[in-house]
Amino acid sequence: MTGTLLSIRGLTKAYPGVVANDSVSFDIQEGEVHALLGENGAGKSTLVKMIYGLVKPDSGTMTWQGDPFAPPEPRAARATGVAMVFQHFSLFDALNVAENVALGMENPPPMRDLATKIRSVSENYGLPLDPDRTVGDLSAGERQRVEIIRCLLQDPKLLIMDEPTSVLTPQEVEILFKTLNKLKSEGTAILYISHKLEEIRALCDHATILRLGKNVGTCIPAETTARDMAEMMVGDTLHTPTRSAKDGGAPVLEVRDLSLASANPFGTRLKNITFTVHAGEILGLGGVAGNGQDELLAALSGEARSGSDTITVKDAPVGHLGPNERRALGILAAPEERLGHAAAPDMSLSENALLTGAIRENLTKNGFVDWASTTSFAERIISAFDVRTPGPASAARSLSGGNLQKFVIGREVLQNPQVLIVNQPTWGVDAAAAAAIRQSLLDLAAEGAAIVVISQDLDELMEISDHFGALNEGRLSDIRPAIGLSIDEIGLMMGGADASEGAAA
Amino acid sequence: MIALEKRPEPSRLLAMGTPLIAVIVTMIAGGLLFAALGKNPFEAIRTIFWDPLFGEYAFYYRPQLLVKGAPLVLIAIGLSLGFRAGIWNIGAEGQYTMGAICGAGVGLAFYPSESVLIFPAMVIAGALGGWAWAMIPALLKVKFGTNEILVSLMLVYVAEQLLASMSLGLLKNPQGFGFPGSRNIAEWDAATSWIAQDYGMHWGVVAAMIAVIMAYVLLNRHILGFNIRLTGEAPRAARFAGVKPARLILFCLGMSGMLAGLAGLFEVAGPSGQVSIDFNVGYGFTAIIVAFLGRLHPVGILLAGLLMALTYIGGDIAESQMGLPAAAIQVFQGMLLFFLLALDLLTNYRVKFAVKGAA
Amino acid sequence: MDLSAINPVLLIASLMVAATPLLLAAIGELIVEKSGVLNLGVEGMMITGAIAGFAVSVETGSPYVGVLAAAFAGAALSLLFAFLTQFALANQVASGLALTLFGLGLSALMGQGYVGVRPPEMARLDMPVLSDLPVVGPILFSHDPILYFGIALTAGVWAFLKFTRGGLILRAVGENHDAAHALGYNVMRVRVLAILFGGACAGVGGAYISLIRVPQWTEGMTAGIGWIALALVVFASWKPWRALLGAYLFGGINVLQLNLQAAGVAIPVEYLAMSPYLITILVLVIMSADKSGAPASLGRSFHASQ
Repeated sequence: MTGTLLSIRGLTKAYPGVVANDSVSFDIQEGEVHALLGENGAGKSTLVKMIYGLVKPDSGTMTWQGDPFAPPEPRAARATGVAMVFQHFSLFDALNVAENVALGMENPPPMRDLATKIRSVSENYGLPLDPDRTVGDLSAGERQRVEIIRCLLQDPKLLIMDEPTSVLTPQEVEILFKTLNKLKSEGTAILYISHKLEEIRALCDHATILRLGKNVGTCIPAETTARDMAEMMVGDTLHTPTRSAKDGGAPVLEVRDLSLASANPFGTRLKNITFTVHAGEILGLGGVAGNGQDELLAALSGEARSGSDTITVKDAPVGHLGPNERRALGILAAPEERLGHAAAPDMSLSENALLTGAIRENLTKNGFVDWASTTSFAERIISAFDVRTPGPASAARSLSGGNLQKFVIGREVLQNPQVLIVNQPTWGVDAAAAAAIRQSLLDLAAEGAAIVVISQDLDELMEISDHFGALNEGRLSDIRPAIGLSIDEIGLMMGGADASEGAAA
Repeated sequence: MIALEKRPEPSRLLAMGTPLIAVIVTMIAGGLLFAALGKNPFEAIRTIFWDPLFGEYAFYYRPQLLVKGAPLVLIAIGLSLGFRAGIWNIGAEGQYTMGAICGAGVGLAFYPSESVLIFPAMVIAGALGGWAWAMIPALLKVKFGTNEILVSLMLVYVAEQLLASMSLGLLKNPQGFGFPGSRNIAEWDAATSWIAQDYGMHWGVVAAMIAVIMAYVLLNRHILGFNIRLTGEAPRAARFAGVKPARLILFCLGMSGMLAGLAGLFEVAGPSGQVSIDFNVGYGFTAIIVAFLGRLHPVGILLAGLLMALTYIGGDIAESQMGLPAAAIQVFQGMLLFFLLALDLLTNYRVKFAVKGAA
Repeated sequence: MDLSAINPVLLIASLMVAATPLLLAAIGELIVEKSGVLNLGVEGMMITGAIAGFAVSVETGSPYVGVLAAAFAGAALSLLFAFLTQFALANQVASGLALTLFGLGLSALMGQGYVGVRPPEMARLDMPVLSDLPVVGPILFSHDPILYFGIALTAGVWAFLKFTRGGLILRAVGENHDAAHALGYNVMRVRVLAILFGGACAGVGGAYISLIRVPQWTEGMTAGIGWIALALVVFASWKPWRALLGAYLFGGINVLQLNLQAAGVAIPVEYLAMSPYLITILVLVIMSADKSGAPASLGRSFHASQ
């Protein structure tokens, strides 16, 4: 309980154009929960990948219980006693739970023994799991359990958890924290990565804070205010979005009893979704990832079609229309995945402007593309949204995540939508860009557009939404005014507790 | 240790340069191959690449460049549309054969009429024949999600059998003394595709030029061309942009089938002259190399088609003069595609030679 | 027309022979595809195996050395594919096509001096008593060893995929290469090994055609069997035993149409000859509804950047 388990000295890792980690040093004690705190892009993931042997540092050293530690590959790290639960799960959908667990172990026992072991460990730590189930059919919370059990079966001395609560409901978070505390009491050290301050204050013994790849300070979370930690994390004060008052607009987007199978075999089926969004209103839809967010966006954007009357805009049925027909009516959308869905990575920004702007911006005549207008549309987006890029001829993939996201959102906002649906508008985006994106959504609403924001970031939703609802296994909770919602209530909504009561907008 | 590092943007210079580098590397490797076969590599390379253009008998070979190049370019232009969208028609050889059978069949039905309508009717029939043959994999893919690669390829073997059946049966020359093969269409004024045989000019050359221009306009100026490129680069983004994949599949496969069918028709009514068992000589497969060598770009395909035509002609000369086996040229063409694909890496990645010390 | 000339016992025995090259190539490709790689170069590797096996058998006088050489030749060619797709990250469809075009040319070149030559014969297994049994004897107990090897290989691949850790890793890599990499498995190594195995199998399949089935060398003699093997993997839903079933089905159709040709049925020869290809298309259409067995990463390039 006393010695230093892992000591990190001067770790540096540079990628082309960016120094992900710049001589980072800190110590992890045995049996402590150590937080690694920082914004998206601060270099947390790169750092833990070096500890786990996935990435080799350019310079710097690590010491494990006094001995030099430089795992050439994850296998070596696991053999030493490092285990890791990934942010984006390293699971195999088509394989079952036991096979998935076996793949994460060095010397797995025969399958039958392994299944027994999985059952006993899962009961021991309060994480029920059936070893024979196919992983693709599990919920996000259950999938995380697979990862955790995979780690626990190796009796790790250090357990790395990368943003574990981003996929959990508040209730599931509580269960996870109990598990982590039990592990800690058994002497396992935990390196806990997050940007959620309250979680860290509740759970962690020490915190190391990263900003732009540098260690900018350490603290004892229980004795530090969330505000102080936030300032260390962000560096300077932020522009907080201002909510302009509005109310009582006419209903614009109405969704009635929308049920739709997913295009993806392991996707979520939408079940009886009903809601209304009024002019000038922002409806925030929360929920743990994988509960129908992608499917709902596809149904609203027109990528997936439903019965014509299930979706209406100003009383006109649109459910049967494709994406371009909906765009003509002013229904625009920005999907979550920037590269490959919202934008084509290898195409220029001009071409990406054409991708959704062709109809409303009149960029084609008789099917022929007016490249001059297209480029000037791209330039307008770049200047209006402060997209940092050499120009409209740059490939989309050459932009940083935040800049590309500004471009993607800007492309839709500048087309004067009547209805805008965005999924995870600020995911993986730096704080300044996120604030700008949120402000643009608020401005758009102020001009009278009806906006649906689907997001897993509850803080974001509380900040900009007028009304709030949550998706759970393809069902939508009641829609309630965002003001005055408590975290418990939100948790219950995300857990699907009130979904049976029917929706009332 | 060699490491690959993705470039933030594909290098334009290398995108155009790699085909040239690939040609040069292939010449070197080909030279080694020819040397291994006991031929003088320098003489062989000169015979293949220089003599047809500038040698003593170049006046005879230069027109051949058009004759061999036209079908390659025509087919490759069609294939490139689909390849750009990730739709893999590799059965152009079959569509080419069917275009020839249908076009020749329609023409021969009116033999020996000299009506001016005969050749246009043959052109339409040839285009439709190739189109229909390509619509089989297209419709199966749209309706049932069947793999178009395998279906279009299987149909090549079916078309070969049909060709055999036609040259021995339905289309056999009644005055041919029992030899297989149809009447000679090229010598029939109303049906010939020759414009000026001495210069290698036939309607297929004209069609190839038109196809290059149309494809260029389509890909660079038209929203349909944009949608084709978008579908190939980011299929999900294409659906988001409102592209209907089924329509694109029907268009791309139909178009490539039609162009291959036209190539077959112009060939059978001109350079080849008759429907016969050995009518198809692999243009449909070589065109795949042409399409890639031309970077799926219309102008690039034009140049690549001429280069590939050169290897055919030069290969023939090398075979007759130096006894270089015809198969060696086939190997040479295959190597070209290999080197091209390997060097493509440089367009999107930087290769770094780094000695890394572990931390 | 004389249908009575078709002997059902000989028909079954010969369909097993006709099915073997198909089976060998398909089992190899099945492993390749299970690792997430689509190698369309099967036809090219088969024909290269066919000539390499043939030439080496003729030169050494031993068909076994020939089969071994064919496996090496197929694997060597597949190494080119592995380099292109795994290291140079080239498009798998294009690389596979390149392999086939190159293989066809290379085999024609290598085979210059072997047209019309007779290869040494591979002795059939002659099992006392068993081989002399009526009906069962000719069908089950008097084939060449490679045919039995093909069946054993099917069983081996099945057991490998189902019961071994290596098989689990192979499936994992084909299912989600990013996750496999994150867990520390060397995606490239697994795939290169799978590709080499596929190449060796295709090579042996090709040699079976030139050494046992025909047995002689002619240019382009694989006549699309490599492509049919690719279709067979789809038909089999990536399951080894179903590949065996499919191969026997295709073998049966082929042998039957050849017998019908010989018997002089009133269908023109060309239409009988195209039947295996048409039936392949039909089977592809029927099976294309079920993609459940397809590895999720099939055909996607993997580059471990960051």
